[in-house]
Amino acid sequence: MKLITHNMLTSNIIKGVTKGYPLGIIPRKVEVKDVDYNPEFLARMIPNMDWSAVCKAAKDVGHDEGLPKEIAPNFTENDEFLKAAHHVLLEIDVVEGDLVCPETGRKFPVSNGVPNMLLKEEEA
Amino acid sequence: MSASSRTCRYLLYFANEHIEFKIAELKSLASLYNIKLDLHEACIDKKDPFLVVDLPSEDGAIQIMSRTLLVRSAYELWGQGKSHEEMYRNLAAFHTDRMAPYFSANTTFKIMVESFNKTITQKEKVQRIEELPQDILKFEGKVNLKNPVHIFTLMEYYGHVGTTPPDKPLAVYFGRWICDGQRDKISYFNLQKRHFIANTTMDPGLSLIMSNLARVKQNSLVFDPFVGTGSLLVSAAHHGAYIIGTDIDYLLLHAKSKPSRARQKKRASDESVQANFGQYRLESQYLDVLVADASCHKLWRPMIHFDAIITDPPYGIREGAKRVGKDAEDEEKSSLQDEFPKRIPRLRDYHLSDIFLDLLDFSAKHLQMHGRLVYWLPVDRLDYKEENLPSHPCLQLIANCEQVLNSKVSRRLITMEKVREFQENGGMTARVEVDHYQDATFRERYFRPTNLTNDEDN
Ligand SMILES: C[S@@+](CC[C@H](N)C(=O)[O-])C[C@H]1O[C@@H](n2cnc3c(N)ncnc32)[C@H](O)[C@@H]1O
Repeated sequence: MKLITHNMLTSNIIKGVTKGYPLGIIPRKVEVKDVDYNPEFLARMIPNMDWSAVCKAAKDVGHDEGLPKEIAPNFTENDEFLKAAHHVLLEIDVVEGDLVCPETGRKFPVSNGVPNMLLKEEEA
Repeated sequence: MSASSRTCRYLLYFANEHIEFKIAELKSLASLYNIKLDLHEACIDKKDPFLVVDLPSEDGAIQIMSRTLLVRSAYELWGQGKSHEEMYRNLAAFHTDRMAPYFSANTTFKIMVESFNKTITQKEKVQRIEELPQDILKFEGKVNLKNPVHIFTLMEYYGHVGTTPPDKPLAVYFGRWICDGQRDKISYFNLQKRHFIANTTMDPGLSLIMSNLARVKQNSLVFDPFVGTGSLLVSAAHHGAYIIGTDIDYLLLHAKSKPSRARQKKRASDESVQANFGQYRLESQYLDVLVADASCHKLWRPMIHFDAIITDPPYGIREGAKRVGKDAEDEEKSSLQDEFPKRIPRLRDYHLSDIFLDLLDFSAKHLQMHGRLVYWLPVDRLDYKEENLPSHPCLQLIANCEQVLNSKVSRRLITMEKVREFQENGGMTARVEVDHYQDATFRERYFRPTNLTNDEDN
């Protein structure tokens, strides 16, 4: 699971949960993969990202070094910022670990890079 | 400067396949590239593979051809008629200045003859070429059959496929070939060579058409809630999209379900949805797939908007559930027991029409404005009526194309566009006038096309 995807997910699917964002990450295996750099795509995506959640996730997986704490004001032209965003959002892959609901502590396992967001019937 | 800056008449020569989809695809591609296209749809005979269109420029034609699966070739139309003689007269009236550059002595060319619904001999073809009016077509360049700079084609139409061809053609066209469409992608994405497939993997032609209807483009964010092996998203990524998918089937996403290929006992350890993207060097556009129940919309932050949602929904949630029950007996499975929820929500009764209503509700919320939803709706051909189509106040119906599967059952490819912002508490929910699936036996009557069964590999 990439951090761009993590940024989109909540645990509000659990019955009664309303503040299921952002999900915590307990990493067991994190890989860094090469992904083609595409500033246009990043520039499209960044306005919809919750950047504080990006920073927290990066910290959870131990890749927050040098990551800007805020979205640069002129980010579409800021290559340095876009490159940092590219790396953190697209190249870091949580291969094994858990996603954690911030409200209930319910864990969603990630295995082989695929998060399992299924609930048991009584949880939904 | 050049001829390409003026409106002109173009001839589109369609493939004789999926003819129900061809106008919808053409219109979607024209709107994707902001190309003005006026069609008198009521007058279009879908079984006629030739369609004359006015386009603002040749560039527009080239853009459409860079995406279309259903148009074989595009031509600048120089002449047309109901007979050769009428075509010649029409040709005589064509702008001489548009033809002149192609007559230059410094260029090379060849002339081809094509006929639809009648085979004509090589001798007849040569004769047709010799009969062309040389006072109008003043070719001075050299003929080069192998590698000409320009190709001209004379086309003859002898009626619908399967009808007895008349002696004389019903229509005759002469045009300058511009380029071909993307039909070669059908073999490029051939499923026999695909790394990871299952019995519901969509054929490449149709999934590329779906991506065209959805107007997927460079840097689109595209979602398939029922992703399976990701076949629809491979097409979207080919068109430049970044993709995300969900599927409720844990074993499938982990490539631990039963292999679909005959003679394959176990799935290879590197089979996965992601591997399908790597195979076509589209890995950079693969974002993620998740094991999740598509009916749980709150999985996604409200802010998240997709440019397109393309999907082939399950035709009965219970099918999947059964598979889990059966696989649970495999010993391979027991190692997964911890992670694998013993009781899965899909076991509850999820009515077939609710899947589609849910999908529309989700799309109304999570599509970008003017983003499109493209999905398959299976129907009983005899019972189907317009009122069976689910609707939503935020979504406008763009196209509804039928693919017949057998005499009783077809599936309809539905294209909808988000035209209104969704408001929570605004009473904006999906509804269906008349439930097509009340009859619980529908699923039993419905069965999937057999083009992807095990004999695929033979
Ligand atoms: C017709 S198949 C789609 C196949 C896909 N187009 C492919 O390329 O393989 C429908 C898929 O929906 C999945 N499914 C069924 N119920 C679901 C649910 N509630 N949420 C998410 N996926 C579900 C099934 O596991 C199945 O893989």
